[in-house]
Amino acid sequence: MTNMDPKGLTRQPPKRLHAETQAVHPRAVDGRFRRLKWAVMTFCLAVYYITPWLRWHRGPYSPDQAVLIDLEHRRFYMFAIEIWPQEFYFVAGLLIMAGIGLFLVTSAVGRAWCGYACPQTVWTDLFQHVDRLIDGDRNAQMKLAKAPWGPAKIARRLGKWSIYLLISISTGGAWIFYFADAPTLAREFVTLQAPSIAYSTVFVLTCTTMWFGGFMREQVCIYMCPWPRIQSAMLDEKSLLVTYKDWRGEPRGKKSPTGAPLGDCIDCGLCAAVCPTGIDIREGPQIGCITCALCIDACDGVMEKTGRPRGLIDYVTLEDSARERQGLAATPHWKLIWHARTLIYLGIWSAIGAALLFALGTRQHLSIAVSKDRNPPYMILSSGDIRNAYAVRWKNMEGRPRKMQLTLDGPAGAKMWSEDMSKEMAARDLTRIIPADTTAPLRIYVTAPAGTHEGKLSFTLRALDQDGGEVSYATRFDAPDEDHD
Amino acid sequence: MSAPENNETGPRIDEPTGTATMGHEWDGIEELNTPLPTWWLYTFYACIVFAIGYCVVYPAIPGIKEGSHGTFGWTSRGQLAAEMDAAKAARAPVLAALDATPIEDLPKNPELLAKAVAGGKAAFKVNCVPCHGSGAAGSIGYPNLNDDDWLWGGTLTDIQTTLEHGIRQPGDDATRTSMMPSFGRDGILKPADVQDVVSYVRLISGQEPNNASAQRGAALFAANCVACHGADGKGNRMFGAPNLTDKVWLYGGSRTAITETVTNAHAGVMPAWGNRLSPATIKMLAAYVHSLGGGEAFAAPAAPAAETAASTGQ
Repeated sequence: MTNMDPKGLTRQPPKRLHAETQAVHPRAVDGRFRRLKWAVMTFCLAVYYITPWLRWHRGPYSPDQAVLIDLEHRRFYMFAIEIWPQEFYFVAGLLIMAGIGLFLVTSAVGRAWCGYACPQTVWTDLFQHVDRLIDGDRNAQMKLAKAPWGPAKIARRLGKWSIYLLISISTGGAWIFYFADAPTLAREFVTLQAPSIAYSTVFVLTCTTMWFGGFMREQVCIYMCPWPRIQSAMLDEKSLLVTYKDWRGEPRGKKSPTGAPLGDCIDCGLCAAVCPTGIDIREGPQIGCITCALCIDACDGVMEKTGRPRGLIDYVTLEDSARERQGLAATPHWKLIWHARTLIYLGIWSAIGAALLFALGTRQHLSIAVSKDRNPPYMILSSGDIRNAYAVRWKNMEGRPRKMQLTLDGPAGAKMWSEDMSKEMAARDLTRIIPADTTAPLRIYVTAPAGTHEGKLSFTLRALDQDGGEVSYATRFDAPDEDHD
Repeated sequence: MSAPENNETGPRIDEPTGTATMGHEWDGIEELNTPLPTWWLYTFYACIVFAIGYCVVYPAIPGIKEGSHGTFGWTSRGQLAAEMDAAKAARAPVLAALDATPIEDLPKNPELLAKAVAGGKAAFKVNCVPCHGSGAAGSIGYPNLNDDDWLWGGTLTDIQTTLEHGIRQPGDDATRTSMMPSFGRDGILKPADVQDVVSYVRLISGQEPNNASAQRGAALFAANCVACHGADGKGNRMFGAPNLTDKVWLYGGSRTAITETVTNAHAGVMPAWGNRLSPATIKMLAAYVHSLGGGEAFAAPAAPAAETAASTGQ
């Protein structure tokens, strides 16, 4: 202890837990992947903003918004599909499909979700275009970032942040339209009559969009998002990755100082300059790479200008990369995409989808629940008949009144009547009109002649209108063990 | 361990950690000066301030006879009382409506009837379960309220009257009293005659075939029993005389049970609830008992409700 240098140990500033973040100022680039990114971005934003405004006619009793999460009435509308709370497994199924869909996409085309379709990527890209619009391209941005605060810089910053804010508000604002009738809510929103939850939702989403898209950007992908960690466990040597072909590029340089032959990489640094997450792909696969392929666009441009073949940076699998390194021909991408893992995921994904579609196609929009009175289990009437009582709940899940018939299938001679009619009208079936979207409870008495033994009994609920549908509920009929003395 | 001389003016700096010491030393063990984080300290101070405020505002400090009252005067008992009052106030309109509605008009107001049945169910659990059972199925000597057999009538008003005045309640002029003589015990009938009457009763209730004993019993029945039970044995609700031809037996329908009844008679009692429960509660109880499945209508059966919408609710 005494031979340690006290100077190096005393009064040290506290150690930082992370490296200082370097601001990323990606340079504009053009190319096939950039154009693909534009297309995907436009599509995603269009879907996000337009969907709530699509109409879907469902008749007079249901809302006509194509996609609507109606929390108040506990319904989820999605075009022709209408989901009740007890059918939430459809939503669970869709979420599982979305999850397996991510696996499928990852196994086929690597981190395409991250690079193109992830909301964080889409909005970050949008904000980076705003940066270029206001501050200029990469060099101008870096210069402005270093410049001292003055009227010009403040004006530019305020202008840029105002546009950020506009984008953020419209992002948060679009979200609430999924939960209520969009035109009505829009009108209420601007006239300050919307429910406070709408304003707080817009406020929260505005803040998060502004913060995540405007300021945190690639740090969300690198430090916050769990998906890259999961993905890195899912990628294998058959996954498409954006790869720098070092066997072709190295040694890199503009001019060899020794005259030794150089690789194709002229070390222009453009691939790193255009990267939206600020990495250098030439350092190999890394977690910061979202495989957006803008470096491929940049490098291909340079290769063209210098008269070398394109594809120094390219979508390649590790397996194929080894083949190319040995001078063998590259495998076509369509072949790479179809390997065992992709097919297995596709199979699971399609099976769940088919199961959901099947369930959707065969589900009934009516249901019945019966609970038998157990105290007392049965009752002897003065005539000696045995009576059981049941609480029957008829459920009409459609947005229109339906005529329904309840039929009894029980012991011979059994008849039923309900609390709202007289015993003399007892029959084997009852017909009622159940109002739209309603669960109607009805107490049912079933009588069987003296001497009936206990046994099975079931109620069948049948819709009598044109669409039909039928559900049953099996229960039991209780009777004394032997003759009462 | 001797202290290095690096602290001429202040506490010594610990070499391995670079942290100042407190200047204490016990057997060569020194304490490093690592104060609590400021935010933690301020949170702690804020908690102390909050605790003092809490003790002032709420009853918190125990005393010898009673504790502090707090500036708000809040107590958990007071809160409970307020909640009970609120619940009472919420029930008041229903009770007022029940008070204003004659019981025979209840079926005309299905909404009120439903509330009355629900309230009656609760009141039944409190007051009636010990004798009639939690499912109102009764027991030997305690009528089953689910069936369609009524000693005193099964309309809403009949049930209300029974509830109000009870059975065999001294001091209540309107109480219901059935008076079956103890035919055997009082020597009105000889034991052999009792057996003949029993045979006849079991004949008319379909439990035994006709035989000589029953034939003899018929004559005895005509002489002794028809006044209350009627010539056909179907009973009389005026006197609370049960129908002897049906399959429902309050005290059992076996030969032994009927012999016991004819010999010693039974005299069941029920409290008169009119002086214990409010008129509204009595109405609710009557509505509940009526709803159990055996309730009788006032007039001819209502028209079939087949095409009307069922009562709704989630």
